[in-house]
Amino acid sequence: MRRRGFLTLASATAAAAALTSGSHSALAADEELVLYCSPQIEWCQLMVEEFEKATGIKVAMTRKSSGETFAQIKAEERNPKGDVWWGGTGDPHLQAAEEGLTEEYVSPNADQLHDWAINQAAAGSNRTVGIYAGALGIGYNSELLEQAGLEPPQCWADLTKPEYAGEIQIANPNSSGTSYTTLATLVQVFGEEDAFDLMKAMHVNVNQYTKSGSAPIKNAARGETAIAITFQHDMVTQKVAGFPIEIVSPCEGTGFEIGSMSIIKDGPNPESARAFYDFALEADIQALAANAAAYQVPSNAGAAPPPQAPKLEEIKLIEYDFKEYGSSATRQRLLKRWDDEVGALPR
Amino acid sequence: MNRSAYPWILLGIAGFTLLPWYAADDGFWSFAWLLNGAPFSAEAGSGLFQALFHGRTWLLPVLLLLLIPLTVVSRPKSDPLFGRVLVLAGGLGFAFIFGQGFAVGIDGWEFPGLEALFGPTELRQSGMGYGALLALGAFLFLLTTGIATRGAINGDAFVVGSIGLIVAAVAVFIFFPVFRILVSALQDNDGVYSLSVFSEKFFDARIWGVGCLPSGARCGVAWNTLLLGVLTGFSSTTLGLAFALIATRTNFRAKKALRVLTVLPIITPPFVIGLAVILLFGRSGIVSQLLWTVFEIRPSRWIFGLPGIWFAQTLAFTPIAFLVLIGVVEGVSPSMEEASQTLRASDWRTFTSVSFPLMRPGVANAFLLGFIESLADFGNPLVLGGNYDVLSTEIFFAIVGAQNDQGRAAVLAIVLLIFTLSAFLAQRVWLGRKSYATVTGKGDSGVRSQIPVQLKSLVYSVALPWAALTAVIYVIILFGGFVELLGRNNTLTLRHYIDAFGITRGDFGLVFSGLAWNSFFTTIWIALVSAPLTAVVGLLTAYVLVRQRFVGKGVFEFGTMLSFAIPGTVIGVSYILAFNVPPIEITGTGIILIISFVFRNMPVGVRAGVAAMSQLDRSLDEASLTLGANSFTTVRRVILPLLKPAIIAALVFSFVRAMTALSAVIFLVSANYDMATSFIIGRVENGDFGQAIAYSSVLIVVMLLAIVLVQITVGQRQIHRRAEPTGAPAQQTMGGMAR
Repeated sequence: MRRRGFLTLASATAAAAALTSGSHSALAADEELVLYCSPQIEWCQLMVEEFEKATGIKVAMTRKSSGETFAQIKAEERNPKGDVWWGGTGDPHLQAAEEGLTEEYVSPNADQLHDWAINQAAAGSNRTVGIYAGALGIGYNSELLEQAGLEPPQCWADLTKPEYAGEIQIANPNSSGTSYTTLATLVQVFGEEDAFDLMKAMHVNVNQYTKSGSAPIKNAARGETAIAITFQHDMVTQKVAGFPIEIVSPCEGTGFEIGSMSIIKDGPNPESARAFYDFALEADIQALAANAAAYQVPSNAGAAPPPQAPKLEEIKLIEYDFKEYGSSATRQRLLKRWDDEVGALPR
Repeated sequence: MNRSAYPWILLGIAGFTLLPWYAADDGFWSFAWLLNGAPFSAEAGSGLFQALFHGRTWLLPVLLLLLIPLTVVSRPKSDPLFGRVLVLAGGLGFAFIFGQGFAVGIDGWEFPGLEALFGPTELRQSGMGYGALLALGAFLFLLTTGIATRGAINGDAFVVGSIGLIVAAVAVFIFFPVFRILVSALQDNDGVYSLSVFSEKFFDARIWGVGCLPSGARCGVAWNTLLLGVLTGFSSTTLGLAFALIATRTNFRAKKALRVLTVLPIITPPFVIGLAVILLFGRSGIVSQLLWTVFEIRPSRWIFGLPGIWFAQTLAFTPIAFLVLIGVVEGVSPSMEEASQTLRASDWRTFTSVSFPLMRPGVANAFLLGFIESLADFGNPLVLGGNYDVLSTEIFFAIVGAQNDQGRAAVLAIVLLIFTLSAFLAQRVWLGRKSYATVTGKGDSGVRSQIPVQLKSLVYSVALPWAALTAVIYVIILFGGFVELLGRNNTLTLRHYIDAFGITRGDFGLVFSGLAWNSFFTTIWIALVSAPLTAVVGLLTAYVLVRQRFVGKGVFEFGTMLSFAIPGTVIGVSYILAFNVPPIEITGTGIILIISFVFRNMPVGVRAGVAAMSQLDRSLDEASLTLGANSFTTVRRVILPLLKPAIIAALVFSFVRAMTALSAVIFLVSANYDMATSFIIGRVENGDFGQAIAYSSVLIVVMLLAIVLVQITVGQRQIHRRAEPTGAPAQQTMGGMAR
């Protein structure tokens, strides 16, 4: 990948371009793979290196957030440039499946997966599949809370307490899939009316609705805010990096995301795409994630979760309805309601 | 016998019969088609073979239109039929190639009407390749040669050809994409056209709401953007004027250091200043923590939102205002002030009633520039925005955010476009025609008077703390790359540099194993290719504008300047909309990046060229022409050597912009062509400030080296002039950019 970048550079400028690319086209078309990757770049690069090592297929990888990737795949719909979209929260994958942007495929490795990964595939009529899971949580900067003499929150309902005024950060659900998952979780835990009442009451405590889903916990790690609502594995990453971050699983129960993978419809290298798809579901490949400081729970039941990863079985998880809350109609209705009733409130 | 049309006809025929008509999948620079059976195979076939053997019969008229001019080439130039046939064949051919490209796309017929007319087709067309490109060029130049022979611009085929080329390029790469975005604003999410969808989105309360006036609710994003623009314009102009007065009208000692401080922000990648501001004034920032320990002032988050963006933008754009204003302040003739003083006006009176009024148009100019720059800025609001939304970031998140509403992005883009274009128009109409310099050929060798004492202390007290602050920001940027995490863990480390730019020894020699190398090489390569192209296109346009008279010159000039007023986010979105599908299919390539840079930065080349060329007397051209040179030789041998400062300006500016641009780039990067800024913003998103800052420092150093290198290679123009102040080349560069 890196050396290829340099080669492209050299071949573009040097007159020898004809030779290098001549040999390159003599290979079968499928010796390449264009990968759209949505998790953190270290993990993306790890996957690329391992896949290139295992198969010899050259991977061209772009890392963009799941929203950006979805936008790109949609923009390229009539003339797809990518083969596989790996990682990122499940909702946009389901949306892509719903809009027919992705290809139906059942991997031979599918029988090794956890039920939640298979459910995700079923929800997307096999156009996507779960590759990892992560629960939502409340993270706090223990130094800052101590400084202010505050008790850490234990439940979603605690977040409305007046002593947390101006201390909470959460992403704007209109721009972040993470935050939309939180919104959908609260609706499923409390019922829609009560959930919106809670969010309205929490609004005065929120100092910023960030654009990116994981930004709140990073800001909490750097001490820019005391409390952050994000996925727990993102909190683990900060904690392992040495920041004073503590993780709370809300007492009422919490929702989770299923990080997913899809094959892009009519991509240029369908065979490589399927090879990568199977590869990414293998147990020993999924077990490598912790090497890239990724602490999600892998979807292959045979892959041991990293020791630092939040234990899903110890967290009170809700029965998250991915089908209902992943559909465009529900999504647009909830987002609009949030924008009208919460986002528009004075602070 | 008339040979002027022959080369173009031959070129067109060669393109049509020998070169692959369609673009290859593996890129413009790949010559795989040589081995792929060109010109016969279905993939790499030339237009002729595509038409005869691969069923694409609609391509045949191209050959016909190329052959028609052959019937008249034997006629003399003066024969009106010659010109008429050339114009007709060229124009029709050009239109036909684009017409068929739009009519038959990757899914067959693009318009239902055509399918009804010709029946369904299985045939597909991909993007245009070398063959189509050559044929297009041939038709274009047949057209312009025809126009020239019919008497336009004294029959100068070179000039008409240049105008034709520039007009065609601007139409394809600026007007067409902008048109696409305007169209998509009228579509709902299912692609149905409707005016009500547009008006509903356009008059949305989230854009125009005024809820913040009566209560604490949020205001529309349009008002936020305007308020920020006005504030930034005002503050950067005030500070810029203060610096300009210090640099020219006081005996301040460290003027050289001031110059350096003014160049730095221009070669700093966007949002790096925002990052440094957070590291200093954020809740856990160095200054905030200091205030907490010393004065027990509770750290707060005041920096996120309007104050922070305003602050960072003022830091970033004050140098631009300074570079505009220093020219103006220098341009105020000392003789006027001497006259005032001779008439016994006090220093203060002289300044307020003579000097300042003469500077006023320049001040307005600087204000409008700051305003436009603030509106187009994407990096600082992204990093420091907090809950304060502005249009440039809203456009971005309308597309990539969970709402995923391309139509809304298009509408927001139109609002932003209206704002910047109005400011741009105001600047052109209101100030463009006025001359605000009082430099004349007459002796003005008087010594510039010092500014009045009261003003001097005011100017010092405003500008010097600000200069110190800028210096601190840059210390932070430099230092931040060498510590673990500035503010939290100040252990010295080289980790960020090694992660980003590590080189390890592999099996086949050195391996560039750092994460950043890939985007670094791409960025350098793209910048190196686009800079000379920008200079060529810009200076050619300038030559046409200054030296030639033709109908519609005003419109032409406005068209070429337009892209300066289009914000990068808008360009990025519109390029994706326009160039992802045939006939022009260049998304995911390096070419789209190069093209976006060339056409976005072209106005600078034009402005620099126009300014420099207006100083060259026409008699030089005339002498060359009288001696028998044609206009091409005149440009090459006479004008170009005299244009060195303008060339430097265009080269340096476009190089720097290609290295630091973010807003358009973020939409256009792809797997093989990742750019430095998009890589850095990814690191920032990930909270990895150390690496982001380390990478930015490397970019700053590279750009400094590049500027020095360009100056050495292009060299100085040697003509008799007044001694230039130190740092003048940089000033010319940036002044060129600013105007």
